[in-house]
Amino acid sequence: MAIDVATVRKVARLSRIAEPEEVLPALAEQLNGIMQWIEQLAEVDTDGVEPLTSVVNQGLPLREDVVTEGGDASRVLANAPKSVGGFFVVPKVVE
Amino acid sequence: MTSHIKLIEGRTGTWEIVLGLEVHAQVNSNAKLFSGAAVGFGAGPNEQVSLVDAAMPGMLPVLNKHCVEQAVRTGLGLKAQINLKSRFDRKNYFYPDLPSGYQISQFEFPIVGEGEVEVEHDDGSTFTVRIERLHLEQDAGKSIHDMDPGATYVDLNRAGTALMEIVSKPDMRSPEEASAYVKKLRSILMYLGSCDGDMEKGNLRADVNVSVCRPGAYEKFRETGSFSHLGTRCEIKNVNSYRYIREAIEYEARRQVEILEDGGKIDQETRLFDPNLGETRSMRSKEEAHDYRYFPDPDLLPLVLEQAWIDSIKAGLPELPDEKKARLVSQYGLSPYDAGVLITEGPRADLFEALAKGHDAKLAANTITQSVLTFANAQNAEVTAEGVLHITVPMLTEYLGLIEEGVISSKIAKEVFERMATGEGGPKAIVEKHGLVQVNDTGALEAIIDRLIADNPGQAVAVKEKPQAIGWFVGQVMKETGGKANPGVINGMLKAKLGLE
Amino acid sequence: MSNLTDLTLKAALDGLTSKQFTSVELTQAHLTAMESARALNAYIAETPEKALQMAAASDVRRASGDAGPLDGAPLGIKDLFCTEGVGTTAGSKMLANFKPTYESTVTSQLWRDGAVMLGKLNLDEFAMGSSNESSASGPVINPWRAIGSDRKLTPGGSSGGSAAAVAAGLCLGATATDTGGSIRQPAAFTGTVGIKPTYGRCSRWGIVAFASSLDQAGPITRTVEDAALMLGSMAGHDPKDSTSLDLPVPDFSAFVGRSVKGLRIGVPKEYRVDGMPAEIEALWTQGIAWLKAAGCEVVEISLPNTKYALPAYYIVAPAEASSNLARYDGMRFGLRAAGSNLTETYENTRAQGFGDEVKRRILIGTYVLSHGYYDAYYIKALKVRRCISDDFDSAWTQCDAILTPTAPSAAFALGENASDPVAMYLNDVFTVTVNLAGLPGLSLPAGLSSEGLPLGLQLIGKPLDEGTLFSLASVMEKAADVSQRPQSWWRASS
Repeated sequence: MAIDVATVRKVARLSRIAEPEEVLPALAEQLNGIMQWIEQLAEVDTDGVEPLTSVVNQGLPLREDVVTEGGDASRVLANAPKSVGGFFVVPKVVE
Repeated sequence: MTSHIKLIEGRTGTWEIVLGLEVHAQVNSNAKLFSGAAVGFGAGPNEQVSLVDAAMPGMLPVLNKHCVEQAVRTGLGLKAQINLKSRFDRKNYFYPDLPSGYQISQFEFPIVGEGEVEVEHDDGSTFTVRIERLHLEQDAGKSIHDMDPGATYVDLNRAGTALMEIVSKPDMRSPEEASAYVKKLRSILMYLGSCDGDMEKGNLRADVNVSVCRPGAYEKFRETGSFSHLGTRCEIKNVNSYRYIREAIEYEARRQVEILEDGGKIDQETRLFDPNLGETRSMRSKEEAHDYRYFPDPDLLPLVLEQAWIDSIKAGLPELPDEKKARLVSQYGLSPYDAGVLITEGPRADLFEALAKGHDAKLAANTITQSVLTFANAQNAEVTAEGVLHITVPMLTEYLGLIEEGVISSKIAKEVFERMATGEGGPKAIVEKHGLVQVNDTGALEAIIDRLIADNPGQAVAVKEKPQAIGWFVGQVMKETGGKANPGVINGMLKAKLGLE
Repeated sequence: MSNLTDLTLKAALDGLTSKQFTSVELTQAHLTAMESARALNAYIAETPEKALQMAAASDVRRASGDAGPLDGAPLGIKDLFCTEGVGTTAGSKMLANFKPTYESTVTSQLWRDGAVMLGKLNLDEFAMGSSNESSASGPVINPWRAIGSDRKLTPGGSSGGSAAAVAAGLCLGATATDTGGSIRQPAAFTGTVGIKPTYGRCSRWGIVAFASSLDQAGPITRTVEDAALMLGSMAGHDPKDSTSLDLPVPDFSAFVGRSVKGLRIGVPKEYRVDGMPAEIEALWTQGIAWLKAAGCEVVEISLPNTKYALPAYYIVAPAEASSNLARYDGMRFGLRAAGSNLTETYENTRAQGFGDEVKRRILIGTYVLSHGYYDAYYIKALKVRRCISDDFDSAWTQCDAILTPTAPSAAFALGENASDPVAMYLNDVFTVTVNLAGLPGLSLPAGLSSEGLPLGLQLIGKPLDEGTLFSLASVMEKAADVSQRPQSWWRASS
């Protein structure tokens, strides 16, 4: 499955990474190179094999319904590029 | 049987509506789904935010057991399949109120599978809405667009709060059915206590999927299960009142019909309902097709539940609306309609049962459905198991006693209740103060009746021909006694005197 | 006293206990060494004031008999671990000014046990790389040089700074992380010991996430004994990490020096790859001989899906990374670039904040998870992952540990693999299988190449069996007797 310029443009948008038009062809080629190398996975017979999503052999731990965190907005905002009155301030969202 | 299917008459013929709802119910919990920050309204911005909720580097989710339990309880309340194995997936997209850039949800393997809800129409008949699934997911924070014309303010207090998403199958056929379904669902959730049902705060909100089709198509869909028989649907997001649900559906269905009648196609899209304009409008630009790239969250492990735990939860469930309704009918002899009104809110039914102890059930039911509810609505107050505002259970049982003992007539009772409502005091005190004791003295009544018959021979004769005309005499006696005569007694005496039996 | 920086961690702790020197002296010696080793660029940030404060506090504790297992030992911390109040960059422009308000669990445990923080160590950006060349703080130079050459070599990656610092005596030990080989390969390139424990052994809370199901923290040290010591403090159950193993931490140190007689060592035939340098093959053979001499039985085993591990890894890791790195968006912390609206701000921030390799992996990751490709790539890779894991499960019926080379070459020159991402990826061919299967893997220096550069051998163990690795590694360490240190060419002549 070849990655063309249109695909890179779409994937870059999905990833929210600005890639100028001029670099798209070279980027597509590079990504294609990687994907072609990955293609060899198709050689593996995985019929009837369950995907392995976790290498941990224990149950999902559960926490008690107790408030243990929060209560300090300043800590949450400490590294914010912009904050006002306890809110994060971000570029306008157009709906 | 009346059809409850809404029909829209277009130029080219008749159209029907098909509706499916995704209801988001905030879990009633102290802390969030995957973090230990507090849940709740009213805190200052970003005061209920853990570093996990803010998606700081290196933060990790840990699942809240109570939220899992509430999802199970709710699933059981929906008579649904509880999946012993389920999994959390990441739903990836960028938005400022979604700090990590993904929502932890359940896509492929939800905690609850298929179930169903019995819903009552206004006329008392019922219909079934099948439930597709229920899953747990994180809520997003809040983006506020009107505090600064050039920027958006973000408060993450709500980010990470546990939501139960309850997905119905497309089983509703009118705006009323949709709002009735949400009402019933809310009632079940509140009985369980798994959600507080506060729609104003947005703790319960619905995404409404609307499509239209020609008569006959829906039946084909139900037969085959193939969506090809149904029209393209649009999703109206975050509708949080029964009225808006109905209005949004009305508008959207007509919008779609108009497009189709003009030969156009419906674009599958997400829309928002504007309550001021009464219209839906498209939410996302058309080129922004969302590819959420769902994949299993690698920071979590599969959730495995023990059947024994599910069983113990089931054993501890409270009596749910449908069960309570059936019991009120069988135990107290109420009509299904009356029982239905009483069970709409758990506290209301509890109040009924408190009053019905040692009193006439029908009378208790009517007192609540007519007098108590009217008062509560007028005051915008809540009916609880203890009464409403200053009208308490002891006052109400006293009130019922007075009626049952014939101390006051039902007409006078209304006046007594109104005075109770304005805070005049207890019913006995009111009756005494205003001399409202019903006249049961047959001697006095007989005298009045004899005089009336004598003075109105024409009416007396009319009664023999048309027995309903006795009402005139009853009214006259009531007038003469200032409404205090016992109507039952008067009736009996009049009949005897006028020769009716 | 420059010889203080020549001590092993164990020897230094013994010296502190026997009051031969204080932690302040020990720490100062390292700070001085760091100052004159800036040419290596191993440290992104030095924290001398904090270090001396911590050292002084340690000396007080020790005086009152309250010393913890690592008390007074100056360590370097890979700049992927969030350290409270101390800048944490992950080697990226994106986090150039980020100061965490929290401390990672692993480093909290080191401070709990009394260790001293010298500074934050350089790394490949967001831990993605095998040469430390992608760091926004510039590349790290390997303290080792080929004989008769002054060509700059890479220390490996992503934990290049950690490995270089340990090799050059700039800390007694360093924390590192390993997602596809990022502890083991740099250890091999720098003649140090590095262990990636069983997945879940160390908590990931507070470590900048790259690929959640693969990332693991571990130590890089000079000796096997030191690694066991440090891992003992780093490991342990953390309720804040749902993938953290709820099991007690074994006494790793007790395994060092234990007899390995009778243990069966598996030698996987698929690790003998085409074009493998003869001297690496020879080293491997040598390693087998050492273990035989120690009483081990050597068994040829097969791990049939080995060659598919790298491509599977390069689907799974980027996929998880593409999602883990979505939070770097300029909204709540980190770099925010200019943009005329929200989307532009996102796109410019991430374009400017991330380097090329990180961007490549995010794009690959997004692509393989996207609609239409998810089954063919992501699910396929997870199925291959299970096949690889199953391969090891079968292998454990025939052996107790596996011996392989760590890397397909010795340290290469800076810029050598710059043009071809895949060529760079091939560095991890021997190490990624271990991350995919969640097993413990250790690299120890086993000899020098003909150019005088360190070569490492890797031991792979059963889940939770770091102990056996420490036992085997300490036997091999004795036999290898690699006592050579790199010539300290980097000291600023003054």
